[in-house]
Amino acid sequence: MKEELESVDYTIEEPEETLSMNPKKFIMWLFIVSIIMLFAAMTSAYLVRRAEGNWLEYTIPAVFSYSTGVLIFSSLTMQTALWAAKKDRFGLMRLAISITFVSGIAFLYMQFQGWVQLVDQKVFFVGNPAGSFMYVFTGLHAFHLISGLIVLLYALKAAFQLTIHAKSLDQMEIATTYWHFLDVLWLYLFAFLIYFH
Amino acid sequence: MATVETTLAAPAHIAEHEHHEPDNFWRKYIFSEDHKTIAKQYLISGILWAIIGISMSVIFRLQLGFPNMELGFLKPILRGWITDTNKLDPNFYLALITMHGTIMVFFVLTAGLSGTFSNFLIPLQIGARDMASGFLNMLSYWFFFVASVIMFFSLFLETGPAAGGWVIYPPLSALPQAHMGSELGMTLWLSSMALFIVSQLLGGINYITTVINLRTRGMSFSKLPLTIWAFLLTAILGLISFPVLLSASLLLIFDRSFGTSFYLSEIYINGEALPNVGGSPILFQHLFWFLGHPEVYIVMLPALGITSEIIATNARKPIFGYRAMIASMMGIAFLAFIVWAHHMFVTGMNPFLGSIFMFLTLIIAVPSAVKSFNYITTLWRGNIRFTPAMLFSIGLVSFFISGGVTGLILGNSALDIQLHDTYFVVAHFHLVMGASSAFGLLAGVYHWFPKMFGRLMNEKLGYVHFWLTFIGIYSVFFPMHYTGIAGFPRRYYAFTSYDFTKNIFADLNSFITIAAIVTFSAQFLFLFNFAYSLFRGKRSPQNPWKSNTLEWTAPVSPKHGNWPGEIPAVYRWPYDYSKPGAKDDFIPQNVPYSQTPESNLPHENELIGLEREIEAQNLNDQFNQPH
Repeated sequence: MKEELESVDYTIEEPEETLSMNPKKFIMWLFIVSIIMLFAAMTSAYLVRRAEGNWLEYTIPAVFSYSTGVLIFSSLTMQTALWAAKKDRFGLMRLAISITFVSGIAFLYMQFQGWVQLVDQKVFFVGNPAGSFMYVFTGLHAFHLISGLIVLLYALKAAFQLTIHAKSLDQMEIATTYWHFLDVLWLYLFAFLIYFH
Repeated sequence: MATVETTLAAPAHIAEHEHHEPDNFWRKYIFSEDHKTIAKQYLISGILWAIIGISMSVIFRLQLGFPNMELGFLKPILRGWITDTNKLDPNFYLALITMHGTIMVFFVLTAGLSGTFSNFLIPLQIGARDMASGFLNMLSYWFFFVASVIMFFSLFLETGPAAGGWVIYPPLSALPQAHMGSELGMTLWLSSMALFIVSQLLGGINYITTVINLRTRGMSFSKLPLTIWAFLLTAILGLISFPVLLSASLLLIFDRSFGTSFYLSEIYINGEALPNVGGSPILFQHLFWFLGHPEVYIVMLPALGITSEIIATNARKPIFGYRAMIASMMGIAFLAFIVWAHHMFVTGMNPFLGSIFMFLTLIIAVPSAVKSFNYITTLWRGNIRFTPAMLFSIGLVSFFISGGVTGLILGNSALDIQLHDTYFVVAHFHLVMGASSAFGLLAGVYHWFPKMFGRLMNEKLGYVHFWLTFIGIYSVFFPMHYTGIAGFPRRYYAFTSYDFTKNIFADLNSFITIAAIVTFSAQFLFLFNFAYSLFRGKRSPQNPWKSNTLEWTAPVSPKHGNWPGEIPAVYRWPYDYSKPGAKDDFIPQNVPYSQTPESNLPHENELIGLEREIEAQNLNDQFNQPH
């Protein structure tokens, strides 16, 4: 009898073990660590270079503040999608993921507009490193955001195939974690750029 | 039992279960997701790269040892790089030392060592079916493969491969007009390394996840073999430091290809000013060495882990200071990140800052000494079996000590300023990290060859290989300390045109070259042994070294999934060798205390009660888990 109970234990979805977590989620967290290190290196390089003087001062285009707002909004919709998945409200989940995706695209477009305005202000990628760093930070973040959009597309596909539901949330949780991380990463970069400007 | 659960689980999760072995040739041997196959792929690639990398060093040693030698016989291989006067082209000399460093550090001792043994041993020693993600693992190898192809291709460029030293400092590496090697060769170097970093990150993420999440029942962190501890810490080092090198390379790529000025500032070439303003070449050095120094331990720690395992097994004694070993590896891993600027004492750094980095650097001697003493005390009064793997491990300890002692000298900024960029530095790091971790690699191959290929390597050839290599390496690198103290700078093409080097040490340099050729030739004994044993070696029993770790409880040639049926549970640490009272001189990790009442210590008898609990624990078995 006892053995039967145990074997049932293996097969049903059980609460998280204390010893270990879902390997796929763990992989996502480690991946996030490597991205953090990538940007930590970049921002340290920025500080080291800035401390040496000969630093171009310019105003950060306002569109970057608006895009920040859009990204925060997309994080909220992503959280809504996760919440909907937990409640098995599939219509809302698909809608929320789609809105997140569209907001992501809008964010990328606004970042691009930011670049256009920087060029108008005569801050170029080639020139004083102060400007170059701005392009590198936003560009690298945009690159990672595109990878986030791909993750979202997979989640959206899964949402339509009904492989995401209240009992199978791993993919949704991973996508949400990554999206929130990209959001926080941008907030960090933006605050950093404003503060060490 | 396992099959019952699987069938129970199956109806709900049919789509994602794949327990059967892939039967298609491509999936089984080429694009395999099995950690054992990937490990062998890394090993073979590593060996091929080692042949290329070491033969490069022999060629430039010929130039250094015999500056007047006619090198015409190399023409069939080097073609245009041998000049009309039958000399080695100086530009190609620089390319050779650069590629030797790059290949040996990254492609052989990082990918070849970690890639082989982390992949092979982590699942087998912690009791897992495979890596956490077989797909990412496969991807990791193939990124490495593409990086290898690009790097190999760059050797055949008309302008030659990268030639600015393996540290690729700008502005030399950032300006294509600076040197032939900074043209396409450097572009390919950077592309190859970017892919290599991706490969290492994918691999490292997998190793960490697997060690932390997929251990078998009872395999607590305090029961992990030291090899696994070493691989885990290595992977963590890589995860934290490789992205920084990626950042550094990215900015360098922008400087080279898009004209930005991150590292470039106010440079005149042929009297003409470049447009770049405001860059800082020192910035690159900071970023580079933030990876570069941990990289030393990425190369070294796996070798030390392998050595711990082999020395304990073959001394038939528990490893001395198991916890001290873990603590010192953690200490080394932590310190690795806060000592990078000791490579930069001569960059005009504030002497006060230099003294801080000097202090931190010298602290590394403490955990390193703990490890050395623990190896020696493990050997002390052991029933030592001198297998080739054991000899190579002891050789590693010897190199680690003699190379480490000169580290104390170089860590002192006052002394380092004198010795910077001389052969003293070359001698130091070749002993402490190059030869040591190469010995770790060789020891690992001799020790785990039976597990990898089901056959034993020839011991006699192993002994000859060991003694030639051991004596050879000391003969190569020990004299370099003297040339270094005499002021011979590294990376120089010839010492014939300076007064202070013209008439001295020519014989010593020739001696080094001859020793290098002998050592290189000795490696072919190993290659022959490897290839011969692969097909004709004696068949291995299941546990040829009477070792305790889990991999020897798997079948001689484990199939996909490693253990048929259930994964063994773990009840004890991996170093119960020569335990007083025990029947044999070893008790494998999967033997419960309840079966060994004759050798149990009082506190271990109390653990018997916990064993039922360990058995009842949920398996982290990938085959048994709903996905």
